[in-house]
Amino acid sequence: MEHYTMNLTLKVWRQKNKNDRGGFITYKVKDISSEMSFLEMFDVLNERLIEESEEPIAFDHDCREGICGMCSMYINGRPHGPWEGTTTCQLHMRAFKDGDTIVVEPWRANSFPVIKDLIVDRTSFDRIIQAGGFISVNTGNAVDGNSIPIEKAKADDSFAAAACIGCGACVAACKNSSAMLFVSAKVSHLALLPQGEPEKKTRVLNMIAQMDKEGFGGCTNTGACEAVCPKEISLDNIARLNQEFIGASVKTGK
Amino acid sequence: MLNSKIPAGPLENKWKNYKATCKLVNPANKRKMEIIVVGTGLAGASAAASLGELGYKVKAYCFQDSPRRAHSIAAQGGINAAKNYQNDGDSVFRLFYDTIKGGDYRSREGNVYRLAEVSASIIDQCVAQGVPFAREYGGLLSNRSFGGTQVQRTFYAAGQTGQQLLIGAYQALERQVALGNVTMYSRHEMLDLVTIDGKARGIICRNLITGELERHFGHAVLLCSGGYGNVFYLSTNAMGCNVTAAWKAHKKGAYFGNPCFTQIHPTCIPVTGDHQSKLTLMSESLRNDGRIWVPKKQGDSRKAKDIPEDERDYYLERRYPAFGNLVPRDVASRAAKERCDAGYGVGSSRQAVFLDYAAAIERYGKIEAGKQAMDHADHDTIVKMGKDVVKEKYGNLFDMYEKITGENPYEVPMRIYPAVHYTMGGLWVNYELMTNIPGLYCLGEANFSDHGANRLGASALMQGLADGYFVIPYTIGNYLADEIRTAAIPTDHPAFAETENKVKDRINSLMNIKGNRSVESFHKRLGKIMWDKCGMARNAQGLKEAVEEIRALKNEFWSDVKIPGGINELNPELDKANRVADFIELGELMCLDALDRNESCGGHFREEFQTEEGEALRQDDKYMFVSAWEYKGDNKWDLHKEELNYEVVKPSQRSYK
Ligand SMILES: Cc1cc2nc3c(=O)[nH]c(=O)nc-3n(C[C@H](O)[C@H](O)[C@H](O)COP(=O)(O)OP(=O)(O)OC[C@H]3O[C@@H](n4cnc5c(N)ncnc54)[C@H](O)[C@@H]3O)c2cc1C
Ligand code: SF4
Ligand code: FES
Repeated sequence: MEHYTMNLTLKVWRQKNKNDRGGFITYKVKDISSEMSFLEMFDVLNERLIEESEEPIAFDHDCREGICGMCSMYINGRPHGPWEGTTTCQLHMRAFKDGDTIVVEPWRANSFPVIKDLIVDRTSFDRIIQAGGFISVNTGNAVDGNSIPIEKAKADDSFAAAACIGCGACVAACKNSSAMLFVSAKVSHLALLPQGEPEKKTRVLNMIAQMDKEGFGGCTNTGACEAVCPKEISLDNIARLNQEFIGASVKTGK
Repeated sequence: MLNSKIPAGPLENKWKNYKATCKLVNPANKRKMEIIVVGTGLAGASAAASLGELGYKVKAYCFQDSPRRAHSIAAQGGINAAKNYQNDGDSVFRLFYDTIKGGDYRSREGNVYRLAEVSASIIDQCVAQGVPFAREYGGLLSNRSFGGTQVQRTFYAAGQTGQQLLIGAYQALERQVALGNVTMYSRHEMLDLVTIDGKARGIICRNLITGELERHFGHAVLLCSGGYGNVFYLSTNAMGCNVTAAWKAHKKGAYFGNPCFTQIHPTCIPVTGDHQSKLTLMSESLRNDGRIWVPKKQGDSRKAKDIPEDERDYYLERRYPAFGNLVPRDVASRAAKERCDAGYGVGSSRQAVFLDYAAAIERYGKIEAGKQAMDHADHDTIVKMGKDVVKEKYGNLFDMYEKITGENPYEVPMRIYPAVHYTMGGLWVNYELMTNIPGLYCLGEANFSDHGANRLGASALMQGLADGYFVIPYTIGNYLADEIRTAAIPTDHPAFAETENKVKDRINSLMNIKGNRSVESFHKRLGKIMWDKCGMARNAQGLKEAVEEIRALKNEFWSDVKIPGGINELNPELDKANRVADFIELGELMCLDALDRNESCGGHFREEFQTEEGEALRQDDKYMFVSAWEYKGDNKWDLHKEELNYEVVKPSQRSYK
């Protein structure tokens, strides 16, 4: 792999707090190495801003390994930037070339209000989980792990859905700000397992009700969510969610 | 005096007897007892959920925006349990023995036995929660092997075991939030402990969005705040991992156990330059199938594929034929450093060794061909099939490697180098996980308890969940049973006011320094001192220098740090400054501890104490103890020793040959 350095123009959304209107500010950055991660490029810029006695740009991040779901930048019109199946923190600068202009914004959705600069409030996702995204089993109640054999294909599908990191890119990509991919991933993860069976119906109904209450939009099957999901959560999950939802609504009369 | 409170009686009966005789709190009283849980990683989330289920009033805190994002999420490889599903001779005793030996005989027998004993229940609990562990075609749970053991007892979910376990615990926690048993405070950081009449009674924390300081009362306080590997600046830990909660408790009187015991993980992606903000682990599970080597010739700059088989040195297989590539982490890390220091390193920095999958790909390909009765499959077909198998096992790790380095590990060997990964040291706790401050508990990586001088792979997840699901629910009752007459203490109590004022003063002083250097620059300098002088190899002279350098750095920090922004708003630079200030003080204590321990054991390698073959040389006659440090004011500590009494295992020179 050949390494190179580049000079870039960044247009970054700055917003003091949730009541501020916010706007783009342009920064030039120099000598960025193609080996840096996108966030390391931000570190370099922030160090410079501190030196110049300006406030650094606030952004969410923690693991920088593509797994915690904290990082969340909308880069050149795409959540998490140009690479498929990749979080912002795993995007590396070799995705860009010398002279590029990069526009960076926060997730935009009514249910994800901006807190500051590129940081948004995603606690609505936690409340959706509270509504039913679990299996009700108290500690100490479990039977031997191998007493519940699970067909490998089902276990694998369940795992694929459980890979969702709750980042919210699906919402940010959707013109309706729908959270269907996120919710369907959780519903599928649990519905595909025998352990999740007893609460299958109430789970889907309650989670969808909470999703609506949080103000997320409806799904019109544009598929933008799947295209940007860093964990490549499949649209099949939304189909499964719809089936589960219809089944549950009919049976419970809700 | 330091009383570890290990129950009397034979090893196998200690925990059973404890559970049968500890005090209980009746349900009506539980509803009146408030418990603070700082941290919602595996240890904290499992504790908070389980205590909520029992009926206690729980308040839980994390600095991320959601408990699902705790650093535990990043654990890749797996979790151990003595299930013996593979019929390969595993047992509670073997898991206990491997862990004691892996820890180089510096952990407590009683604690480790209990850990092994509850390990099987953890797997059951997680399966019941819907954790999608890897399974075999028959539908049963799958296992893999890990370093330091000769059985297959590691349960896993591809390379995302930590994520799946944490999501399980997080869901259990959110269920308790919905039921009103747990109140969750995310984007909150504990900045001090409140003690009243010598007991832990609450915390002061900062709302990281508004900057406001808040007072919270609890009949007991549990610190589950994770490890302090970021004292080295570069580590495999998440960016936010810090020592602050534990350090504040330490300064309030809690002893710090074995601070210098840190684990350097052998398989991480090497540093590329000054911009590097963190290091990425390549799971230890990769050592299962990958072979580690360097060229036999010094300074060989040929590409890996151009170096013929007989010019490669598979140094782990050569030096440790019994365990080969699966020796424990400390041994593997030092062996890599030894080769690189001797001039055999690879890559542009020469600070790397190869982790090669070519042989595994071919082996798996042949097995697949066999399964499909393709006896005459050509090499390309075999390689293709082998790659598919490897992809299924380690796909996400390989993808991650490629994203970071731009190289395809299915085609060229990965380059790896050791990096700081885990801290065995932490707050000193007794068998009940209580620190020496009554009512203050410490769980998970933040305590010092179970891993001695070196942790075996896949045992941190096990310990965090053991502490939270199966230990604390019993041991906390033994304390709270005597607290049922204590009514909730209002937070206008002078102790709360006083502690909050101290926190406020400290934040003001930090903000008023208005110096010239960023927090980050101090953190980097601290990290360099620690890595150079208190890292993979240490010696008395270097450690003495490090202490002086850190003291100077501390003075410079407190006179020249520059923190932009304000106090009453979201201010990540201020958050970081609070943490780095504590890391600097911790760094000094780590060096003092390393200097005091005149032996090599596990991850603590003092160059003065090694065998002729360069292996760690323990001094059992002098150092069979836990070092528990008591804070006595600026740059001053007293050492307390907890003798380690081995009743069952006989410590010997660890051998993996
Ligand atoms: C990359 C990587 C891979 C790993 N892989 C494995 C593996 O395969 N198997 C294994 O067994 N172990 C593994 N480990 C180790 C293991 O993941 C950790 O030791 C373990 O998860 C720690 O869990 P914990 O609950 O103690 O702490 P953490 O998960 O670190 O949680 C700490 C919590 O405390 C909170 N917190 C911290 N300070 C404060 C404060 N001041 N105020 C409020 N909240 C605070 C945080 O918000 C967080 O919620 C790995 C570690 C790393 C770095
Ligand atoms: S479905 Fe994908 S994009 Fe949406 S929250 Fe989960 S991981 Fe993120
Ligand atoms: S910082 Fe954790 S996923 Fe990006």
